Amino acid sequence: MKTRILGFAALLAVAAATVNGLFIVPADLNQGDAQRIMYPHVASAWLAYLSFGVTAMAGIGYLVRRDLRLDAIALAGAEVGVMFTAFAIWGGMMWGRPVWGVFWQWEDPRLTTTALLLALYAGYLLFRRLTDDPHRRAARAAVVGLIAAIDIPIVHFSVIWWRGLHQGPTIGDPSKILNPSAPPLFVLALMGMLAAFTLVWGYLMIRRYQLARTEWQIEEHGRLGRISAARRSFITESITEEAAP
Amino acid sequence: MSALRRHATIALAIARKDALAELRGRQAVGSTIFFAALVLLLFGFALGPDSGRLAEAAPGLLWLAIVFGGLLTVARLHQMEADDGALEQLALYPVDRRAVYAGKALAGAGAMLLLGGLLFPVVAILYGVPLGAAWLPLAVTVVLGSVGFAAVGTAYAGLTVRMRAREVMLPLLMLPIVAPLLLAAVKATVAAVAGDPFGELGAWLQLLVGFDIVMLIAGAATYGFLLED
Repeated sequence: MKTRILGFAALLAVAAATVNGLFIVPADLNQGDAQRIMYPHVASAWLAYLSFGVTAMAGIGYLVRRDLRLDAIALAGAEVGVMFTAFAIWGGMMWGRPVWGVFWQWEDPRLTTTALLLALYAGYLLFRRLTDDPHRRAARAAVVGLIAAIDIPIVHFSVIWWRGLHQGPTIGDPSKILNPSAPPLFVLALMGMLAAFTLVWGYLMIRRYQLARTEWQIEEHGRLGRISAARRSFITESITEEAAP
Repeated sequence: MSALRRHATIALAIARKDALAELRGRQAVGSTIFFAALVLLLFGFALGPDSGRLAEAAPGLLWLAIVFGGLLTVARLHQMEADDGALEQLALYPVDRRAVYAGKALAGAGAMLLLGGLLFPVVAILYGVPLGAAWLPLAVTVVLGSVGFAAVGTAYAGLTVRMRAREVMLPLLMLPIVAPLLLAAVKATVAAVAGDPFGELGAWLQLLVGFDIVMLIAGAATYGFLLED
């Protein structure tokens, strides 16, 4: 019930932040209405990083404590994170088209980093589906999540250098909007959107966690069922053998 | 100090075992090198007879071939343990798991080094790139790239070796991880071949060193968990 209230609060907050971002905050002088994509775009990118941090931490926690609930948190983080990453990339492409003239800008370090991030954690989720034993899956996934999290900063720096070791920031770089010279109204709108998205994030995390626990129970139930079925058929077989002349 | 020496002895013994198995006719590394050379030949067909374009793309193609060949190499090194049921024995050795990891990573790095060392002349001949003049920075790049790839590859091959669909899962997990390594190695190779006109070679080699150290630590810290089950 409490989770449902959180869900409604998140829905209302996103609606309010959307109305604010679309109609109340003035459009950017240079980029016009396209700049409004920044609010959900940046907010979802931040939450994606948060999710993957949660996945790595929960994974380490699992390796130390061997508690499957921590693994459920790790799974929730990865899945919600992949969703937010995909959303951030989609928003970035929609924003890039009118501002840069192309959907994909290879020179933008954030876009390329985020694409690799999506690949890293989509791989993590696929990997999880191919291991059946819950504890084995949890331990292996924890290692994958940990190495992926360690890789993120290396990817980030390498891509920044790759753009050109001697090149200054490009005009129209998304980070420019967030520097202190940005109008406080814009920053406030972004913060509002971030708060609303964080509520959504919390709601999705809790729901995914609950779902993971239920899935685990079903798996466990199925396993026990198979064991007792095997035992039953073994007993029946031995009885028929005895009955045979 | 003596603990460190004992670990080094264990690691060397495991690496020596892998090298011996290879020498006595496993042919894993040999066929991998042949495969990677074949990839380079096919890149030549794909990018057409224009030799200028091939020479320009050569560093990137070379490292892609090394990465593809390397995926097979690190997979083979664990697969041959699993095929013989030796993985369980490796896990049961009463030694530190980090030493086991170091040994497998050393064997992997050696195989990768062989792969890289043999592909460089292939690229020089096939694509007409003058690699001989810059042999020292190129050798450093290959060594650093091999160590980094083996560091990640050993952990991930250990992770996937007993899985369903491991042939797909290993590249799927590893390729995004080694993306910065690929990027730095290609950039270092380009800089080295051109005579380092912008003085950026050092920065890329540093990135490779950083990648190697971080991934070796991560691999050593987690490999024990993978051998456990």
